Amino acid sequence: MLEDRVSHASLYTVTGLIAGVAMTLLCAATAHAESAGMVKTLKGQANIARAGQILPAQIGDPVMEGDQISTGADSSIGITLRDDTMLAAGAHSALLIKRFAFNPTTHDGQLDSSVKRGTLAVISGKIAKTHPDAVQFSTNSITLGVRGTEFIIDAGDGP
Amino acid sequence: MKKRLAFAMPALLMLCACAQQRVVLLPAPDGKVGAVEVSSATGHQRVDTAYGGVAVSQQGQISSFTTDPASVERQYGALLAARPPRPVSFIVHFQSGSSTEFTPDSAAVVQQILQELGRRAAPELIVTGYTDAVGTDDLNDHLSLQRAQTVVEFLSHHGIAASQMQAVGRGKRDPAVQTANAVAEQANRRVEVTIR
Repeated sequence: MLEDRVSHASLYTVTGLIAGVAMTLLCAATAHAESAGMVKTLKGQANIARAGQILPAQIGDPVMEGDQISTGADSSIGITLRDDTMLAAGAHSALLIKRFAFNPTTHDGQLDSSVKRGTLAVISGKIAKTHPDAVQFSTNSITLGVRGTEFIIDAGDGP
Repeated sequence: MKKRLAFAMPALLMLCACAQQRVVLLPAPDGKVGAVEVSSATGHQRVDTAYGGVAVSQQGQISSFTTDPASVERQYGALLAARPPRPVSFIVHFQSGSSTEFTPDSAAVVQQILQELGRRAAPELIVTGYTDAVGTDDLNDHLSLQRAQTVVEFLSHHGIAASQMQAVGRGKRDPAVQTANAVAEQANRRVEVTIR
């Protein structure tokens, strides 16, 4: 009787684990499929590096978490993220969208982005309004906390 | 000897400028100024004035400065021009007691939305429903999403592609008019169409 109960318990545990893993995979897949934002402005040449591929950016293209965006000489790109954060990268710039999550119902989320080189103009969005501590920008030598605002980061020529 | 030194000095200064990183705080179009907290390996500085900034050396040393609109335009004009256009919003109100019938002025709102769409590259419409404070959070989240979906359907009948639109239910959050909980308020039963 006791053995029976134990085996039942472990069966539930295993079923629960499988369901949990399946849910996690499903969530991961959904989160991956959902874009972080969209390319809105473009001048000259800008590329998006994603999963080992380099794609030339076009207006209307999705921007995903993990994307590395780079611009050429005399070029720029403007991106609006799903929480209405607006980004613009200037010429000879490299920008990484390290982490982006946003729940449009609750405005919970996270934004972590780094400027490897060049310039970035930022107009902060809804995550910064609701959860300022969940928004971070960085370069190789500084990190910025954002308190609902507009600013420029000039990372120079990079390392 | 003196001459050579004079040549060497500007070159040195330029090298220092190149190794520095800068942050400049800008005012919003309405004049409001937020703040950024800048941290390096060796320091921390809060910037909270318009056109205030910090320069950070490779060693992490932070120094403050103040610039002005003309200098920012000269140095970063092309960068600022590359920023996406700011989102604009329109409000659709419902007929009293209805979640499907709009007020008569909604036809004019649709025209304004279509005009704004024509002005933008790759526009997206975020259609957000809101409720008043009557009922549970779950119920209001659901009801607000239904209201948003009604407006998405309405706009799709006016030639706006459903693929451009996203319906969002924000429930009783962000009321247009602050009320106590459980108070019915017509002004809060609304849908906001944001174009970005």
